[in-house]
Amino acid sequence: MTEAVGIEHYLVVGAILFVLGVLGIFINRKNVIVILMSVELILLAVNINLVAFSAAKGDLVGQIFAMMVLTVAAAEAAIGLAILVIYYRGRGTIAVDDVNRMKG
Amino acid sequence: MDFPASFALIAPELILTASGLLLLLVCAWGGDKMARPVAILAAAALFGAGFMLVPGLHFGTGPDTYAFGTLIKVDSFALFAKALIYLAAIGCLMIAPAFFNSEAAGSEKGLRAEYSVLVLFAVLGMSIMVSAADFITLYLGLELNSLAAYVLASILRQDQRSAEAGLKYFVLGALASGILLYGISLLYGFTGGTDFVSVRTGLEGDLSTGQLFGLIFVMAGLAFKIAAVPFHMWTPDVYEGAPTPVTAFFSTAPKVAAVALTARVVFEVFGGQVLAWQQIVMFAALASIVFGALGAIGQENLKRLLAYSSINNVGFILLGLAVANADGASAMLVYLFIYVVMSLGSFVALLMLRSEDGHLYETFADIRGLATTRPVIAWSLLVLMFSLAGIPPLLGFFSKFVIFKATVEAGLVAFAAIAIAASVIGAFYYIKFVKVMFFDDAVDVVKGKSGNAHWALLILTALIVSPLGYLMTQSLTDLADKAAQSLFVAV
Repeated sequence: MTEAVGIEHYLVVGAILFVLGVLGIFINRKNVIVILMSVELILLAVNINLVAFSAAKGDLVGQIFAMMVLTVAAAEAAIGLAILVIYYRGRGTIAVDDVNRMKG
Repeated sequence: MDFPASFALIAPELILTASGLLLLLVCAWGGDKMARPVAILAAAALFGAGFMLVPGLHFGTGPDTYAFGTLIKVDSFALFAKALIYLAAIGCLMIAPAFFNSEAAGSEKGLRAEYSVLVLFAVLGMSIMVSAADFITLYLGLELNSLAAYVLASILRQDQRSAEAGLKYFVLGALASGILLYGISLLYGFTGGTDFVSVRTGLEGDLSTGQLFGLIFVMAGLAFKIAAVPFHMWTPDVYEGAPTPVTAFFSTAPKVAAVALTARVVFEVFGGQVLAWQQIVMFAALASIVFGALGAIGQENLKRLLAYSSINNVGFILLGLAVANADGASAMLVYLFIYVVMSLGSFVALLMLRSEDGHLYETFADIRGLATTRPVIAWSLLVLMFSLAGIPPLLGFFSKFVIFKATVEAGLVAFAAIAIAASVIGAFYYIKFVKVMFFDDAVDVVKGKSGNAHWALLILTALIVSPLGYLMTQSLTDLADKAAQSLFVAV
C-alpha cells in the first residue's frame, strides 16, 4: 500500500533543508566554505518549494523563478568564493573564529 | 502594454545597462590607466539616466506606468527613489578617486577602473528594485545590487579589513536573500502568483499559516537589507572595514533603494494586512532607534559610530513607514532625502581627515581640537552632526519633525514619545563630536590637503542641512507627497 507524494511532503523537505541551511550558518564554528554550502542549501530549499508549488498549481511562473534563482545562485557562489580567496591570501586562514579583525 | 512604450519607461535602466557594459569593455582593454575617464563617463551616464527621469516625474500612477506586463512599475514613487539614488551615487563616484589615489588605499594605491563600473551595476540593480512590481523583478534587482556591493566592500584586495568586510557582508547578505526568497516562495504557493497585485488579492481575508510565515520571512529579509534591528549586526563591521568612499555609498544609495523597496512591498503587497506587519515594523523602528543610539555611545572609531548612527536613522525612517498611511510614507521620503545628504556629508568630512602623506584618520583621538587647526572642516562637521542630532535651526530637525508629526497624527503618541526619548540619548554622541573638535586640546595631525570634489561636496551638504535648506522644504514635501500617494492608489 503506497501513499501518493503530495505538496506537503515537498514543503516539509524544503523546510528541513532551509532550517539546516540557517543552522549551518549560525552553529558552524569551523570553516567559511561550510557557510557557502549552507547558503546553497537555503537556495535549494527555496527551489524545491517553488517547483513543488508550480507543479501543484499547474502554473509555470514558479519554475521560471526557480531558473532565475539557480542562475543568481551560481553568480553568488562565484563571488563568494572570489572574496574567500582574497581573504585567505591576506590572512592565511578561513576558520570562522578568526574572522574577527573588527569587534565592538 | 506594447514593447516600445515599455522600453521608453525603462530608459534610465537601459542607459545604465548599456554604459555599464561598454565601460566594462573599456576597463578590460584599457586597464587601470583608464580609471579616471571611466569614472567620469560613469558619472555622466548616471546624470543622463537621472535626466531621463525628469519628464516622467509627473506620471503619478495608473496603468500607463506598468512596463512589460506587470513586471515593472514606473510610478512617481519609483522616480523619486531613483532620482535620490542617482544623486547619491554621483556623489560617491566624485569622492572616490582622491581616496584611492592617495596613501589611504594602502599598498593598492590607484583607482581601479572597475570601481565605477561596479557602482553603475549596483545602481542599476537598485533602480530595478525600486520599480519592481513582481517578486521576480524584485529579487533580480536586489541581487544585482548586492553582488556588486559585495565586491565593492572588498575592493582593496590586500587590505585585511576590506576583505573581512566583504566576507561578512557576503555571508549575511546571502543569508538575507535566502530568507527573503523562502518567504517569497511561500507567498507564491499560498496566494497564486508572483506579481504584487495577485499576491495582494490572494492575501485578502484572514491570513493562513503559510501566508503569515511568508509575510514574516519577507519582512525579515528586507529588514536585513536595510540594517534594522534585530538584523543589524553586520552593519558596524562592514562600514568600518570597507574603504571609506564605499562606506559612504553603502550608507546612502542602497539604503534608499532598500527602504523604498520595503515601503513598496508593505503597501502594495501587504497593504490589505496592515495589522499583520505594522507591529513588526514598529518594533524594528523603535528597537533600531534605541540600539543605534546606545550602541554608538562607546565607539571610538568614527566610521563605526556613523554605522550606528545609520541604524538609528533607519529606525526613524521605519517609524514613518509604521504609521501606514500616505502622510507617514511622505514623511519617510523627506527623512530619507535629508538623511542621504547628512550621511554623504559626514563621510566626505571623514575622507578629509588626512595626514600629510595622505593616510586617513578614523578615531576621536585624531580630531581633538580640529576647530583650531582645520576650522572649515570642523564647522561643517558641527553643522552636520547637530543636524543628525535633530537640533532645531538645522534641516535634520525638520526631518524628525515631519516623522513625529505623522506619528502623532496617526494616534501613535506613545511610540513617538519613546523615539524622542531615544533621540535625546543619540544626541550624546553627536555632541561628543563637537565637544572633541572644539573643546579638547588640539593634536594637529590632520594636515593633508583635500581635493576640490571633497570640498565642494562638504560645503554643499553643509549648506543644504543649514537653515538655508528650509527654502527647498516646500518643493521637497510636494514631491514626496506625490510619490507617497502613488503607493496608495489600490487602497
